[in-house]
Amino acid sequence: MSTPTVEHSLDEAAFHEHFDATIAADRRIEPRDWMPEGYRRTLIRQIAQHAHSEIIGMQPEGDWLLAAPSLRRKAILLAKVQDEAGHGMYLYSAAETLGADRADLTDKLIERKQKYSSIFNYATLTYADVGVIGWLVDGAAICNQVPLCRSSYGPYARAMIRICKEESFHQRQGYELLMTMMRGTPAQRAMVQDAVDRWWWPSLMMFGPPDDDSPNSAQSMAWGIKRHSNDELRQRFVDMTVPQAEFLGVTLPDPELRLDPETGHHRFGAIDWDEFKRVISGDGPANAERIARRRAARDDNAWVTEAATAYATKHAARKHSA
Amino acid sequence: MAHEETVYEALDHASGGDGHWAFGTGFDEPLAGVDTTVPEGIDPADLGEYCLMLGDDALVLAQQLTRWVTAAPELEEEVAVANVALDLLGQARLLLARAGSVGVLGRAREQATESIPDEDALAYFRDPDEYRNTGLVEAPNGDFARTMVRLLAAATVRLAVFARLRDSRDPVLAAIAAKGVNELAYHRDHAARWVLRLGDGTEESHRRAQAGVDTVWPLLDDVCTATDLEVRLTAAGVAVDPADVRDEVSDVLTQVLERATLTAPDWPAAAPPRGRRGEHTPELAELLTDLQGLARQHPAATW
Repeated sequence: MSTPTVEHSLDEAAFHEHFDATIAADRRIEPRDWMPEGYRRTLIRQIAQHAHSEIIGMQPEGDWLLAAPSLRRKAILLAKVQDEAGHGMYLYSAAETLGADRADLTDKLIERKQKYSSIFNYATLTYADVGVIGWLVDGAAICNQVPLCRSSYGPYARAMIRICKEESFHQRQGYELLMTMMRGTPAQRAMVQDAVDRWWWPSLMMFGPPDDDSPNSAQSMAWGIKRHSNDELRQRFVDMTVPQAEFLGVTLPDPELRLDPETGHHRFGAIDWDEFKRVISGDGPANAERIARRRAARDDNAWVTEAATAYATKHAARKHSA
Repeated sequence: MAHEETVYEALDHASGGDGHWAFGTGFDEPLAGVDTTVPEGIDPADLGEYCLMLGDDALVLAQQLTRWVTAAPELEEEVAVANVALDLLGQARLLLARAGSVGVLGRAREQATESIPDEDALAYFRDPDEYRNTGLVEAPNGDFARTMVRLLAAATVRLAVFARLRDSRDPVLAAIAAKGVNELAYHRDHAARWVLRLGDGTEESHRRAQAGVDTVWPLLDDVCTATDLEVRLTAAGVAVDPADVRDEVSDVLTQVLERATLTAPDWPAAAPPRGRRGEHTPELAELLTDLQGLARQHPAATW
């Protein structure tokens, strides 16, 4: 009786070797390839969190859809929020190739068993927030996500390529809104500066905890799921953003921010990691509201989904009997 | 690797040195580059008012549908409903811009700063009594069933009108209609599919869909009644008399409801136009408060 186990473990060892070789050669793992359970679990968790972030991320900006101050801005914002729903869909599909189920992942989001990016728990107080989210939040997301276009898992990497293209478009639209507002009235300029003051630090937190406090990072790097460390990406974002802020004419709210001529990088002040932990663990300004909205969308419309299923079943049966 | 670099380059260097990115958002001035001359024999004031009627229907319905974004039953539906709203918003922008191009701006132009484009002056600076949409689009969404029944009714009427407007003597209006027809055919189809699924789905969805029909049908009483202006413009070959599309609309709706196992109430007796003359329910005032609040707080701002 022990023979099959031995064979099984021999097979598994061979599969593992093949997997390691694929990763080492920087080739892609595809859905039907063998993969270690930990790799699969880590990917599902990461892709689901990313998908949830897209879906929850529709809300802070979506709160301005009805009130967008020009029809052009309304169209741009509506198209952007729609893109985010699309991103959520591709990502859930990528997670499904690993054996996850979208409805189950949605339940986990609503029951707070899976997280999403803490940035979306901050409220959007003025229309400048829409621009700043495009510029800083989408900008940070791009820095995080561009390397994922080379993620070792094929479906995730391919989804990210499309998402990154759209995100960079959103970032420009956000920046263009801010440029327009900075050329506008004093009240508009004040709104932009205020929004930058509120979103700058949370944007830096989007890269996750510092490298010496990021427990899963090393394994994810080894597996090619992650390509750069949190701190590297954060630094890249700061270096990219400082000249954009100067051009825009806003001040980034960090008195310690300055260019280090030796390294060519910008040094910046200490991030309030306690705030990050509070917000990500559910105590941010809008956590409850964000989840409540998703719960309502699921529960209040459960009868719609049931009806669609019932209709499909009836009509499949009718076709069959015809 | 190559891709990573291109995306960064696109972000960092598309500025061409002056820091101003090339946007190409596709959302810019609706009538840019279009010859807006009014053909001889058409009264510009009538044409502009007519464009307001059609534009306001689209704007108000777009605003209503937008409420479903982040609240829809499925992500696919969030995308679909946003698509419909975006199409209608696009139609509204073209039609309001057309009204502005022939000088129909009313009190809006006095209230809005000069730098605000005509479409926004009209959308953001008219009061409810200056809006020309029908009651059909300003009624509340209700649940998903009622929303889809209303969309079905509104898209069916609008598609029938737009199909005929492709031959309008105003070339701008004809072009707007030609573009809109494909969009509206999709809206009608999307709503009809939902009405079928809900009507012939579960007991609960059937009950809700029928309740939606019963609430929406009375709102059809004035959608096919022409105003004097529509009669004049129809005679001039510019507009469509909504009475002429009644039978077609009624046929389509009855067919869909029958297949959906729902009961179509009798078509309501024709009532004199209300919304087209600026008579509205309090719901429109509420909707406009959401739409216009921020723009009116900053009348000198450009966005």
